[in-house]
Amino acid sequence: MKKDSKKNIKHSSSSDETSTSTEVIAVKVDDLTVAYNYKPVLWDIDLEIPEGVLMAIVGPNGAGKSTLIKSILGILKPIAGSVSIYGKPYEKQRQLVAYVPQKGSVDWDFPTTALDVVMMGTYGSLGWIKRPGQKEKKAALEALEKVGMLAFKSRQISQLSGGQQQRIFLARALVQNASIYFMDEPFQGVDATTEIAIINILKELRKAGKTVIVVHHDLQTVPEYFDWVTFLNVKKIATGPVKDIFNDDNLTKTYGINYKVSIQE
Amino acid sequence: MYTNKTLKVINLIEYIELVFTDYTLRTITLGTTILGAVTGMLGSFAVLRKQSLLGDAISHAALPGIAIAFLITGAKDSNTLLIGALISGLIGTFWIRGIVTKTHLKSDTALGLILSLFFGFGMLLLTFIQKQPNANQAGLDKYLFGQAATLVESDVWLMAIVTGICFIVMLTFWKEFKILLFDADYAQTLGFNTKFIDILITTFIVLAIVLGLQTVGVVLMSAMLLAPAAAARQWTNSLSVMVLLAAIFGALSGVFGTAISASQDNLSTGPVIVLVAGVFVVFSFIFSPSRGLLFKQIRFIKNRRDLELHKTLAFMHHIAETHEDISHPHAVKLLNNFQGYTRSTLQKLVDKNYVQLHGNMWSLTKTGFEVASNLYTKQSTEDE
Ligand SMILES: Nc1ncnc2c1ncn2[C@@H]1O[C@H](COP(=O)(O)OP(=O)(O)O)[C@@H](O)[C@H]1O
Ligand SMILES: [Mg+2]
Repeated sequence: MKKDSKKNIKHSSSSDETSTSTEVIAVKVDDLTVAYNYKPVLWDIDLEIPEGVLMAIVGPNGAGKSTLIKSILGILKPIAGSVSIYGKPYEKQRQLVAYVPQKGSVDWDFPTTALDVVMMGTYGSLGWIKRPGQKEKKAALEALEKVGMLAFKSRQISQLSGGQQQRIFLARALVQNASIYFMDEPFQGVDATTEIAIINILKELRKAGKTVIVVHHDLQTVPEYFDWVTFLNVKKIATGPVKDIFNDDNLTKTYGINYKVSIQE
Repeated sequence: MYTNKTLKVINLIEYIELVFTDYTLRTITLGTTILGAVTGMLGSFAVLRKQSLLGDAISHAALPGIAIAFLITGAKDSNTLLIGALISGLIGTFWIRGIVTKTHLKSDTALGLILSLFFGFGMLLLTFIQKQPNANQAGLDKYLFGQAATLVESDVWLMAIVTGICFIVMLTFWKEFKILLFDADYAQTLGFNTKFIDILITTFIVLAIVLGLQTVGVVLMSAMLLAPAAAARQWTNSLSVMVLLAAIFGALSGVFGTAISASQDNLSTGPVIVLVAGVFVVFSFIFSPSRGLLFKQIRFIKNRRDLELHKTLAFMHHIAETHEDISHPHAVKLLNNFQGYTRSTLQKLVDKNYVQLHGNMWSLTKTGFEVASNLYTKQSTEDE
């Protein structure tokens, strides 16, 4: 868990918004097929995510977006296929990856505080048994500050609003100081202020050369927020730069009905 | 009625004296106290994992193990029987896990299934044993409701050792336990072997339950696991405090339960301990300051009163605003137009020095005016 190589990461030197010339592949998925029961919910997915993109995964409810992320992160065991992070299996690259689960996946009535949840982001680098100390606490406080939640550090987590809980989850991932971030619907149930705060943080991450993959529901904001997009509905419909592939054709293929989204030129 | 109560008090004092002098009673009290502490502690984990039925399933699954151990060895020695209980409890638990992961049945379905299957089988074996012409057989059914009086020193030692090990393991893997309970998927992405942590917790829960079978019995054992933890949850928002409180509540249930049953001749100890734990639960659900029903109701009433007060103040502010001089007096009669205005709200505003009364006229004070104009802006920003 501790000796993950970071050798082959080259952070893109320029933070050019529309850089499509990135050569390093951060995440590679080959022939991934996943089933909970008998019928696969993900079918033969091939995916290459270049380093440094801010990518949206879009698709209808039940399309398998969460399942895709969970399979990449090794939470689910696929029937077939493989995943690599910077060319190596996920198990060897854990420290390069951070995860923001769907907010509804945990019980927010759990007896703990905001700071304590954010500290969990340091558990991975601590490894077994070792307790978090001052260094970890400092990192957690910094992350809380970054998401504008420092004032709430001692709050019991059930007493936070939905948007605040989402920020806490984001802070927990930020503490991991990873290179690749997977986020499952981070904008779900948050107010406009929080949405802007979160997207600004995501854009900052991209600027720092990180790769950010976000399950996203609001199609209207895809062109504004993201530079890369993957259409998913059991199969992969398309993946690529937003400006090239975010069009009515792909939306219709993914959502099954005639979609018209006006994209600004 | 009165004499009865006095009698009981005397009995309790006598009991306390006895605890220090009488070997048997001391052994039993120690046993139930340790048992209460360890089940309370581990019960917190079961409650937070939302696996309330797990304890029930494990304890019921232990029954056939007791019967089989007796059939094989013919012994009534409690340690032998408990090993049987442990084995079949563990088998039941891992079958439950297996069913959930292999068949996609919901976990309460799996728990219910194993519970009734194992318990049914256990009862069948008990009936069979009872029909056998063997003098030794009598007494196996004490495992149904427990019999604290059969506790001997070695049982208490065993409990103490298991509790000690459990405590050390809990401290060692505290961080791992916490993250598994809160967010198992996330823990796995960090590289923790969540299966191992889960098995560790579950194994200790099984151990604690098996230890309690002799005292509290199969049927009531899960209450021992859940009640102290459920009560503790009401008082705190910190995991460590919750575990500690649950251990204390459990231990106190053991002490008081034993005391009460020892001072009342015919009461069997196990059910009384469980009842005492139940009292902790009821008390906590009513009186806890942050989650209790009582304080929730009080807060609700207080909020409603505050709201009335604020609404009246806002209305007065509205009137006062029409005048350049905010302290200009207005007729009290004007307020009658406002729904929800009462004489007592006005008096409260005066008491708070927000409003001054001059006969039939009122005026806002400076503080009152400021508070009123901040009322709504404050409420809308308070959340962020
Ligand atoms: N734990 C599970 N057990 C069985 N089926 C599941 C489970 N989780 C998700 N599914 C099914 O898998 C499909 C994809 O789910 P999911 O990945 O959550 O979709 P999305 O995140 O795109 O809404 C859905 O049809 C859903 O019903
Ligand atoms: Mg989802």
